[in-house]
Amino acid sequence: MKKFEPKIIGFLCNWCAYAGADLAGVSRFQYPPNVRIIRVMCTGRVDPAFIIEAFKEGADGVLVAGCHTPADCHYIAGNFKAERRVLLLRKVLKQFGIEPERLRLEWISAAEGDKFARVVTEMVDDLKKLGPNPLKT
Amino acid sequence: MGAEKEKLKFAFYWASSCGGCEVAVLDINEKILDVLEIADIVFWPVAMDVKYKDVEAMADKSIDVCFFNGGVRNSEQEHVAKLLRKKSKFLVAFGACAQLGGIPGLANVSNREEIFKRVYDEMPSTKNPEVVRPKTRTEVKEGELTLPEFYDTLKTLDQTVEVDYYLPGCPPPVKLIANAVEAIATGKLPPKGAILAPNRAVCDECPRTREEKKISEIKRIYELTPNTEECLLEQGIICMGPATRAGCEAQCIDANMPCTGCGGPPPNALEQGAAMMSALSSVLGLNEEKNSDYDAQKMINQIKDPLGTFYKYSLAHSIFRRKVMNK
Ligand code: SF4
Ligand code: FES
Repeated sequence: MKKFEPKIIGFLCNWCAYAGADLAGVSRFQYPPNVRIIRVMCTGRVDPAFIIEAFKEGADGVLVAGCHTPADCHYIAGNFKAERRVLLLRKVLKQFGIEPERLRLEWISAAEGDKFARVVTEMVDDLKKLGPNPLKT
Repeated sequence: MGAEKEKLKFAFYWASSCGGCEVAVLDINEKILDVLEIADIVFWPVAMDVKYKDVEAMADKSIDVCFFNGGVRNSEQEHVAKLLRKKSKFLVAFGACAQLGGIPGLANVSNREEIFKRVYDEMPSTKNPEVVRPKTRTEVKEGELTLPEFYDTLKTLDQTVEVDYYLPGCPPPVKLIANAVEAIATGKLPPKGAILAPNRAVCDECPRTREEKKISEIKRIYELTPNTEECLLEQGIICMGPATRAGCEAQCIDANMPCTGCGGPPPNALEQGAAMMSALSSVLGLNEEKNSDYDAQKMINQIKDPLGTFYKYSLAHSIFRRKVMNK
C-alpha cells in the first residue's frame, strides 16, 4: 500500500500568514509539500462552508492562518471572527464524526516564516497519525 | 363541459414527513375551491382512494403539477418519487422535508441499525422480547410478505429525482402556496429550479428593533421570557433569522419564539449551517474580544448542540448530508 500523504488545504490571509509562507519560501525553510494554499484577503473571509467543502472534497486537514490577535488584522477584527468560526465548526465537525483536530487555526505574521514551516510540519505529522479523512474511507 | 377550459391535473403525495404539509394544503381554506376551480386532483393518498397501480397506468407527463412533501427514507418513497416524476410535468418539493430533509433528516446523524435498535429494542414503551425487526421479506404459510426497505440515509427529493420548484417552510405558509397556485394557473412560473419564496432572509421581514448586534451570553428559550420589541438574537437567544429564507413573515418571532430555520438557507448561502455559524460568530463576544481575559473557546462553549440547532431542518441537504457512517 502507498504511504499515506495527507492533503492539507490552507486558507492564508494576504497580509500576514501568506506573507509568512512566502518568507518561509524565500528563506528556504524546509517543510513538507502537503499543503495547497488558497490566499484570502482576511481570515474573516473564510466562510465555514469553504472548510466543509474542502473536507467533503477529500482534504485530510484544513489550516486557517492569519494575523495575530488582538491588533494585527488589517480589517480590525476579522481574525477574531475567524477564531470563533473555527472553534464552532470544530464542535460541529465532531458531531459529524470528523476529528476536530483536522481543522487548525494559527496566527502567523509576515515575519514568521519559521513558524509557518513548523506549523505545516506539525500538522502533517499529526494527520499521519490520525489517518485519512474518514469521509474518504 | 366542452366549452370549458380544460382543467389542470394535480397530485399530492406524502413521503417521510409528519403530515403537517397535508394540513397546510387544507389551511388555504376557501382557496381550496379556487384550486378545484382550475384543477382536478388525480392522486392524493391522504384523502382519496387511488392506488399506485392507477398512477402507473397514467400516461407520462399527464399530471400537470405534483406537490410532493416529505423526504425519501425508504424504497417505497423512492419508487413513488420516481413514478410521480415520470408522470408529472412539474414536480414541486413541498415543504422543508422534501426540500431539505426536514426533522426526519436529523436522523442522518444515525443509521438504520441504530434507529432500529432504539425503536425496536430499547424504547421504554416497547416490549419486544424476541427482538423482532421489520424485514423486507417474510415467509408465512400463506406466502411471502414484503415491506419497503428502510435506508441508512434520508435523502431530499432532489437528491432522488429532478425537481422543478421548491415551496419552503414547515409547513409552507398559506400565502406562498396560494401564490404558487396562482402562478401555475396563470402560467407565470419562474425559471425551473426556483424557490417559490422571497429572495431575502427572515431578518428582513422581522419587525423587531435592532441595534448593533453584540452578544455576550447565550440563553436558551426556557431560561427567560424575552421582551417582544428587541431582536431575539440581541437578547442572547439563538434565532436562525439571519440564516433562513423569508416567506413566513416572521410568524414564530411574532409568537415570541426564535426562528428555528424551516425556510432553509437564505439566498446565496452554500448551506444553512455554515451561514448560521458565520452569523453567530460575527456577533458573539464582540464586546469582550479585546479584553485581556477574553476566552473564545468559552464563548463558543455556550452553544449547545450546534449541529441540531443550525441544521435542524437541513442536515440531509447540507454539504456533508450525514454523519460519517459508523463501520
Ligand atoms: S435574528 Fe431573529 S429576532 Fe432578530 S431580526 Fe432576525 S429574525 Fe428578527
Ligand atoms: S487581514 Fe490577516 S487576519 Fe484579517
